Amino acid sequence: MPEETPVLAAEDVTKHFDTGRQTVRALENVTLRLYRGRIAALVGESGSGKTTLARLLAQFYPVTSGEIRLRGEVVSGPDKDFYGEVQLVFQDPFASLNSLRKVEHNVRRALKLHGHPADDAAVHELLAKVNLTPAADFARKLPHELSGGQRQRVAIARALAVRPSVLLGDEPISMLDVSIRLDVLNLLARLREEEGLALLYITHDIASARYLSDDIYVMYAGQMVEGGPAESVIQEPKHPYTQLLLDSSPDPERAGGSSAFTATAKLGEPPSLVDPPPGCRFHPRCPFAKEQCKTSFPPRTEFADGSWTNCWLHNES
Amino acid sequence: MKVRIGIGIIVFFSVIAIIGPWLNDLMGIGPWKIDYNAISEPPGAGHLLGTTSQGTDVLAQMIAGTRNSMVVGSVAGVIGVILAVVVGVTAGFFGGKVDAVLSFVTNMFLVLPVLPLTLIVAGYVQDTGPVTIALIIGLFGWAAGARTLRAQTLSLRGRDFVMAMRMIGESKPRMIFVEVLPHLAGWISAMFLHLVLGAVLAEAGLAFLGVSSADTISWGTVIDQARQVALLNGMWWWFVPPGLCIALLGTATGLVNFGIDEVMNPRLRTADIKAMRKALA
Repeated sequence: MPEETPVLAAEDVTKHFDTGRQTVRALENVTLRLYRGRIAALVGESGSGKTTLARLLAQFYPVTSGEIRLRGEVVSGPDKDFYGEVQLVFQDPFASLNSLRKVEHNVRRALKLHGHPADDAAVHELLAKVNLTPAADFARKLPHELSGGQRQRVAIARALAVRPSVLLGDEPISMLDVSIRLDVLNLLARLREEEGLALLYITHDIASARYLSDDIYVMYAGQMVEGGPAESVIQEPKHPYTQLLLDSSPDPERAGGSSAFTATAKLGEPPSLVDPPPGCRFHPRCPFAKEQCKTSFPPRTEFADGSWTNCWLHNES
Repeated sequence: MKVRIGIGIIVFFSVIAIIGPWLNDLMGIGPWKIDYNAISEPPGAGHLLGTTSQGTDVLAQMIAGTRNSMVVGSVAGVIGVILAVVVGVTAGFFGGKVDAVLSFVTNMFLVLPVLPLTLIVAGYVQDTGPVTIALIIGLFGWAAGARTLRAQTLSLRGRDFVMAMRMIGESKPRMIFVEVLPHLAGWISAMFLHLVLGAVLAEAGLAFLGVSSADTISWGTVIDQARQVALLNGMWWWFVPPGLCIALLGTATGLVNFGIDEVMNPRLRTADIKAMRKALA
């Protein structure tokens, strides 16, 4: 990890949703740092708190405890300056564009509101940047005339129009056809190179995380369980949950199966966040669970290759 | 095409409403002129739509009644829709305490029995002309619409595209008028249609109950007078024209509504056949 100030960071963030009768413990003491020109992937299954973390980073709602820092300074609430730096691309491109407004409306408003020139040329330049060419034709189209991938590009162009330094992608390709996912991933990779953006790429597809990202963070039930350079996390997963995730993605070389998980008939389900298991929240499903795992959450263990995990298996002291 | 027919009918009635009195003078007929030689006469050369049992000209009454009915309908419709939009959209968009207060007021108006209340208010107000009745109907008829719009706005407010516009820093007024309100156009126009028809019918109902000044003629009062005599004597020319006018106005607002639906949902926009042929050739 580079020793510079992260552009956007969640420091020891906890988020509880109070629904009146019960409290949903969505995130517990999560730390995530995004650096300029790097893509961080956040993986984990549905309900693990990935989207909640992204929305906290985008200041959609306040944190219960902990801090969101922009260039090292604590963010007190969403304002125009904050959104000039941080933009979020939604999961569903069919919902994130107003069906009554043309493509150019979205991009032009974003340019105008942040004091950038908003003439046709500027709009077309942005559309060309996300590979929507001929830009002049696309600018005049309505969302329903576009495919999912094209819509997602429009959403990305709108986010880029404010010239942010951080782009948060909340499963930006999960609603797209498989055939066009790669295009959007390559677009994101190009934006990192050309614009020096700090990117957060949320996904449950660990293969695409490996393809795209520099760092991978793994979440389970609101807890960050492992993180580090992408290759290290993929090649030598430390946490049993990361191993489970990797095992559940298809791999022709592993036909037959021989991992600790394929042997276990019952893999269980993710826990309720209203009444989560104590200690490490993964312990009811973990084939290696020890007595210690049921009582307290393990501290972070750092490794030489820059990766780390929170697991008692790697904390023998 | 549908929309054009709808707009055409509405324009036609509006023109009649405006030039009605002159039109009657021009044709030499009047709503109160009694022709003693032609009592209860079916449509014919002298009286194009026949005469009533008092010997007045049905066509003249229809023309005179158009103005009052249109005034009642449009005034009540406009007032009701404005109140519903202001209260409903504000409550839905801002939520919290604003919503709590506005919803309370809406619910209060929702449970008020409108017709008896209208009777009471009309009883206190001297000389209940069409405008007074329209005001009463509009002021008491907006609550249901406001509730619908509140619910719709509440759902729109949380949609991704509104969140996305909020994130690029769009101001609240622009968010309401540019992003949210256009999606409600169909609801609002349907509401307007409902209120206009409701007002025309309610005015007729009130006239029947005696709550209208005696010298007011509207489609409703014509039907009401006809109801007492015409049905027994088979004088269809007396009650069919006003009934048809009310039905036509309803159809017209419905047709216009289709058009607004197309604007609201771009998928419904009918392709321009000529342009398509050109493109294919």
